[in-house]
Amino acid sequence: MIDLSLLPDGGIGWLEASGPVNHLVLSTRIRLARNLAANRFAARMDSRERQVVLDRVLDAAGRTGTLGQAVTLRVDTLEDWDRRLLLERHLISRELAGNGDRSRAANARALLVQHEASVMVNEEDHLRLQVLVSGVDFGAGWRRIEAVDTELGQQLAFAFHPEFGYLTSCPTNVGTGLRASVLIHLPGLVLTKEINKTLHGLTKIGLTYRGLYGEGSEVVGNFFQLSNQTTLGKSEPELLDHLGAIVQHVIAVEERARQVLLREAPTVLEDKCWRAFGLLRYARTLGFEETMNLLSGVRLGASLRLIPHLGMYALNRILIVSQPAHLNALAGRVMGDEEMSIRRAEFVRETLEAEVRRGQGT
Amino acid sequence: MKRCSRCGEGEGVVDLNLIVGGELKTQHLCAKCAAEKGVHTPAALADTPLGGILAAIGADPVLRPEPAADPEPPCPHCGATLQDFRETGRLGCADCYRAFGEPLRELLRRLHGSAHHTGRAYQGPGEPASPPVESTAALQARLERAIANEQFELAAQLRDRLKDRA
Repeated sequence: MIDLSLLPDGGIGWLEASGPVNHLVLSTRIRLARNLAANRFAARMDSRERQVVLDRVLDAAGRTGTLGQAVTLRVDTLEDWDRRLLLERHLISRELAGNGDRSRAANARALLVQHEASVMVNEEDHLRLQVLVSGVDFGAGWRRIEAVDTELGQQLAFAFHPEFGYLTSCPTNVGTGLRASVLIHLPGLVLTKEINKTLHGLTKIGLTYRGLYGEGSEVVGNFFQLSNQTTLGKSEPELLDHLGAIVQHVIAVEERARQVLLREAPTVLEDKCWRAFGLLRYARTLGFEETMNLLSGVRLGASLRLIPHLGMYALNRILIVSQPAHLNALAGRVMGDEEMSIRRAEFVRETLEAEVRRGQGT
Repeated sequence: MKRCSRCGEGEGVVDLNLIVGGELKTQHLCAKCAAEKGVHTPAALADTPLGGILAAIGADPVLRPEPAADPEPPCPHCGATLQDFRETGRLGCADCYRAFGEPLRELLRRLHGSAHHTGRAYQGPGEPASPPVESTAALQARLERAIANEQFELAAQLRDRLKDRA
């Protein structure tokens, strides 16, 4: 199994919940798609050319400050569960995590991680640069990824066209190659049945929404990923300002929905949050989806201060570690469904117990 | 393969998001069940996650497959044809953007509402590294939008940057 100690902060420094509005927005992610000018794109590369691309990227990254100390993981040689673990940390895409056979067939796929910055090599594009920061903070995210992009772009010749911008394998990413997203918790809008209207409104103004793991994934625990849809015709700061303005609007309507619930149905709301807490705190078996839904109630209760002594860091940890590959990593082996449900409940109980003790100062 | 969550038989090719009892539910539907629910999934799109692009290509008179041979010659660098792109939604290399410039321009307008990059201007290796500079007019425009959107923190930062230039 993958040695997690290799990753300095595990690539998930955002769990610390130090960024703005972190009770609602778990993380901000910005990624840039880049390709090397001299090499064919993923669809037409053979294994030799993929290896050439990887070698060139590793060589270039080693000469930069932003990636010079990066941990490199060869994704194509990892076990399925280890790839799944990186997916659960949002460090690689579903495509790179892939099903065993298909993903292994494509060689020379790698992930570089240095603090909040990471680079996927030989995914749909030669390079996918990514930063993940806590809370909603497009400014911090952009400064970091811009530094990585500038440094790498001085070492490697990127495919760039004066009219179309950065060239990508798929025309949906061309131009800036920039996709920014926030992972946001919207239980207020779901409980007040406003979510449909809100999400529908977002798609009308150039945004798209997804579940916890991005494209094609389901929404669980009222966690949504909101991101920009277009990448061409606007500058990077304009795209981020636009998304930022809309995210602030969504935050405002979510806060409003929570106030409506507190005003109109305080007992029902409090009961829902505490029931969720009770189940997470004492259950002996927990399924993943069940955990996410209960966690949603507890997170809502904690951020409204209905449930005291719960920090967002502990709740973020439960969100990440309750996932199957993380529980396997914790146990040091691959568990069956039943054992995993028991182990998950154990982890959640222990985390909440420690958190309550910490909060009470005992 | 993910089975259709409605009939349990076909391969789930479409994610249909529904709000049920105030909660968002996603159903994975096969092409047949999706069609019954009123979601259009042309057979050609069913096997690819690139439905959006391919639908745009299908709607595009320039890119729509014609019975005659491709009007565009293959890309001189990688050998990809416009037909390859129609089938996969992926381009073969950077030169494809030059080889298929005209039809792509149309597609990009359809996908992004524009075919002109206005973001970072890439310098390339060996060039002196100059930080990207936004024009004063662009900063002013962002400031006005930030104020209109009540993004006061951003507005204050932009105002300071404009002050520094004055």
